[in-house]
Amino acid sequence: MSLDSPKEPAIELVGIDKKFGTVHANKNINLTVAKGSIHGIIGENGAGKSTLMSILYGFYQADHGEIRISGKPVTIRDSQAAIAVGIGMVHQHFMLVENFTVLENVMLGAEGGQLLAKGVASARKELKRLEDDYGLEVDPDGIIEELPVGSQQRVEILKALYRGADILILDEPTGVLTPPEADHLFKVLRVLRDQGKTIILITHKLREIMAITDTVSVMRRGEMVATRKTAETTVEELAELMVGRRVLLHVEKGAANPGAVLMSVRNLTVKDSRGVTMVDDVSFDVRAGEIVGIAGVAGNGQSELLEAIAGIRKPSSGEIFIDGKPVAGVDPAGLRDLGLAHIPEDRHHMGLVLKFEEYENSILGYHRDPRYGRGPFLDLDAMRKDAEEKIAKYDIRPPNPRLRTANFSGGNQQKIVVAREIERDPKMLIIGQPTRGVDIGAIEFIHKRIIEMRDAGKAVLLVSVELDEIRSLSDRILVMFAGKIVGEKSGEAGEQTLGLMMAGIAA
Amino acid sequence: MSTASVPLPAWINYGLIPLLNLILAFFFSGLVVWAIGESPFEALQLLLVGALGRGEGIGFTLFYTTSFIFTGLSVAVAIHAGLFNIGSEGQAYLGGLGAALVALAMDSYVPWYVTMPFAVIGAALFGAACAAIPAWLQAKRGSHIVITTIMFNFIVSSLMNYMLVRLLIVPGKMAPETRTFLPGGQLPKLDWLIAMFGGKIGAAPFNFSFLIALVMCFLVWVLIWRTKLGYEMRTLGISPTAASYAGIRYSRIVMITMLISGGLAGMMALNPVMGASARLQIEFVGGAGFVGIAVSLMGRNHPAGIILAALLFGILYQGGAELSFDMPGITRDMIVVIQGMVILFAGALEYMLRPSIVRLYQQLTGK
Amino acid sequence: MDYFDIFISILGSAVRLSIPLLFTALAGLFSERAGIFDIGLEGKMLASAFAAACVAYWTGNAWFGLLGGIGVSIVFSFVHGFASITNRGNQIVSGVALNFVAAGLTIVLGQAWFRQGGRTGQVPPEGRFSSIVLPGADMMRDVPIIGPLYANVISGNNILTYIAFLMVPISWWVLYRTRFGLRLRAVGENPGAVDTAGISVAWMRYRSLIVAGFLCGFAGTYLSIAQSAAFINNMSAGKGYIALAALIFAKWKPVPVMLACLLFGFLDAFANFMQGKSMPLIGEVPVQIFQALPYILTCVLLAGFIGTARPPKAGGVPYTKER
Repeated sequence: MSLDSPKEPAIELVGIDKKFGTVHANKNINLTVAKGSIHGIIGENGAGKSTLMSILYGFYQADHGEIRISGKPVTIRDSQAAIAVGIGMVHQHFMLVENFTVLENVMLGAEGGQLLAKGVASARKELKRLEDDYGLEVDPDGIIEELPVGSQQRVEILKALYRGADILILDEPTGVLTPPEADHLFKVLRVLRDQGKTIILITHKLREIMAITDTVSVMRRGEMVATRKTAETTVEELAELMVGRRVLLHVEKGAANPGAVLMSVRNLTVKDSRGVTMVDDVSFDVRAGEIVGIAGVAGNGQSELLEAIAGIRKPSSGEIFIDGKPVAGVDPAGLRDLGLAHIPEDRHHMGLVLKFEEYENSILGYHRDPRYGRGPFLDLDAMRKDAEEKIAKYDIRPPNPRLRTANFSGGNQQKIVVAREIERDPKMLIIGQPTRGVDIGAIEFIHKRIIEMRDAGKAVLLVSVELDEIRSLSDRILVMFAGKIVGEKSGEAGEQTLGLMMAGIAA
Repeated sequence: MSTASVPLPAWINYGLIPLLNLILAFFFSGLVVWAIGESPFEALQLLLVGALGRGEGIGFTLFYTTSFIFTGLSVAVAIHAGLFNIGSEGQAYLGGLGAALVALAMDSYVPWYVTMPFAVIGAALFGAACAAIPAWLQAKRGSHIVITTIMFNFIVSSLMNYMLVRLLIVPGKMAPETRTFLPGGQLPKLDWLIAMFGGKIGAAPFNFSFLIALVMCFLVWVLIWRTKLGYEMRTLGISPTAASYAGIRYSRIVMITMLISGGLAGMMALNPVMGASARLQIEFVGGAGFVGIAVSLMGRNHPAGIILAALLFGILYQGGAELSFDMPGITRDMIVVIQGMVILFAGALEYMLRPSIVRLYQQLTGK
Repeated sequence: MDYFDIFISILGSAVRLSIPLLFTALAGLFSERAGIFDIGLEGKMLASAFAAACVAYWTGNAWFGLLGGIGVSIVFSFVHGFASITNRGNQIVSGVALNFVAAGLTIVLGQAWFRQGGRTGQVPPEGRFSSIVLPGADMMRDVPIIGPLYANVISGNNILTYIAFLMVPISWWVLYRTRFGLRLRAVGENPGAVDTAGISVAWMRYRSLIVAGFLCGFAGTYLSIAQSAAFINNMSAGKGYIALAALIFAKWKPVPVMLACLLFGFLDAFANFMQGKSMPLIGEVPVQIFQALPYILTCVLLAGFIGTARPPKAGGVPYTKER
């Protein structure tokens, strides 16, 4: 996989292999990253990107293979060893102590002596220098939990640089950033590269790869399937490499036949647990027989909007109407009774109880229904029979209602949720990330079910960070940015137009 | 790391591993016995004979078992909803007050079987009341239930101290205890049950509350695995986010669970208060609430397992008492050591052996 | 005695009663700030009281007694660490187990060695920490207000008392001014941050437990060979839990820990004083109220009625690297 590169390699991975039990997370990975370049690693969720980087950072040891830094073979047993050979990592979930100051976080593990007093002055000076050199401005005395996410990420980068990192790994760095913050990050990364640092950017967003990387490698199901110069490849080629065949995201669907308004949201404002406004004065309607898609970069309030409509999160102001009845403040059980089904964004933490057997999950949320048992009791036979019917209808594999849910694959787990919610024949369906971490076959299946719901006259609200998914399913598209709905387009709207709106540039 | 996710057959998970942990606990207890110059094997033999050798010993063993079933169930119910109730001790103590008040009020008017249902309710209500404030603090104010239930053990202890020393004491007597209940306030002995197996109960206080405990085991099993409420409790216990998604109200389940848990702990008082001493005495719980933690852990929070684990601790308590008669070098407190070792190895160190067993299992099965 | 003398005498006894609480609460401070719940403080205190009494009895040297107390307390800390750090067991369960082991073992061994129903032998005077009269205490005695305060509250305590109060600023300094303290606080908030910074989470937590064991050893020693002259059955009598309450009441901060321990010590002393006495207007106040007050106050605090207590975020959770 060597790419004829004018520069010498900063990192070479040779034959890296890693198994977790029966899961083969990395299969014989070879990778060369040139010094002073930005190298993207792209792949779907679960393709093995994070595992590979964790091996590079000493979180795991590879079962086989060799790591070379600047040509020299190294053994990276732990983070300490990774730091010692000049590798720094910016984790997807920041590794910061939230009630510490920026300075304390930067110093942690590199205090410069037994007493803090000695290190503080030099750390302060070094921070100032890094700020000047790379444009990483952040208040050294600020408390982490009071800083915006973008600044917190800068602290992570500062931590790595403070330890003298020459190689910087960023794991899905833009997932939590607003577009201006992401732009700022890219600017910083370019400066870092120009000053000779090597950067590895892990992402599943093609747009980012095209915008910032010099070279890109594609991972699929634990294998490194290709490496390209970014200038010489296209989004289409990369997408095909990622999924392993021509991406066919166009779903067969006829014209929508919208009826009466079933759900309307008026001036809805939702705050998160820290009191930050995540949904800001949002209003829209969803009619029977249409799919309304909400597009946006992750973290722009879509999750909170969904949770508020589903009754999980209390809105701080505004109203939600179902069939004209105000329902803000009604709990999820009450909303289900009104005919609202919810396929949540996160099946692991919300949609399923992974330790339950499959049939127990197939009634989650509907467990009070008399068909699953009279009075206070559960009728296990009825539950299992019901589960078996759904398993057959949705081709859930393995077809065993007594199997622990955790032992099903991602696609089959999602089918358990979809079956449960759709088979109730609800009037309205709200869906978050219907196909995240789901294999292609299941994606098509789930998309078809969603369209069927629409054609049966249900109101469907769809949230997804996959723009292609939104475009291929939705009849109308609302774009969310920084908690607000910044515009509405028809389902035929172009990618370019929507992309600009999602970035908060055009309305 | 990688061994944690390897599934093992049930007989290893629920049979072999607990057994090995138990053996380790006894091994280290044996070391203590050996260190003070006695023979561990002789001690073990004396212990088993003392606990199971005669009808009277069995009667005492089952008497202790009864208390531990109640407190074990109390801890287990809470754990299913993700709550760690270490206040069973205090809840049982206050439950004693409930039982005693009923017995004192009714014993001179009605026979025991009329008093009993009221006493069960009284004990459960008082136990539940003791759990109610920690439950409310957890449900509504987010205070850590482990800490508040510990605090309540002491608050109840002071309260009961006051009640017994000042209010319930028999005038003119020194001992801080109530008057002795008349037969109408006592639970009958189960001498016929021991006699069925050809034993004599002798002085053992094995009584009717054992049957109540077995009924509670069944009811708890029904509650956890056969009711909608139990389903909601288990959902909350495993995944609070999934519970909120499913419309399961956190504070409601926390309150109900803790009231049930406290009620079960409170019922434990029936056994010593109405079944054995026929009066309310100071510190009558004597650590049974804490033993409940061990019983629940060893029994994997399942009523069937809890009965077995409670029996084990019953044997330890009774056998340990006998042991101290026969081996003056060993005091009764040896059982406290063994108990601690069992909690340590079967509870806190329950995963210690797992990785090696997984490796061995994989080698043997060739996977 | 006028009211002032009574007050001074209660104050003096409050200081003495608060010392074991203070050592133990500071011990809890180190382990809980590192993310390890320590219900086993009670057991550690009891075990170290026993060990200190035994060693002091055999050697006739109080300092050796102290070493014995500290040593045994640290051994208990290691067991707690082995269970809850190395084997990722439940910290509460481990603590409960250690409390049982300590409660049983001290009596079993005590009976085997001394045959006095669980008591150790009477420790000779040179094996105990006796009170020290500070210079000028007698001269100052007659100075109004300051004199009795100095002579009866500040002077006349044993060396462990002064060490206890010295431990407060030292603990503060260690936690907030040293590398060890920075890492310790970090590991109790976000062990992931510590791990990725190349520091061993397990070793950091073990070290914090060693410090906790060290401090708890002083508490036990104080009980058996400073406050009394022998080990007596269950002589910790729930003080470990009061110390835990004090730690929470003080919101896991060193100086407030000292104030909380003094407050709880004062309540204890006041209860002793009030035993059998009646108050003007109210009449006889049940002493049980004072016994329960530390726990009630802590619950009220936990309920969020007096500010908010923010426990260390990673407390009670065994650390596993995320996959």
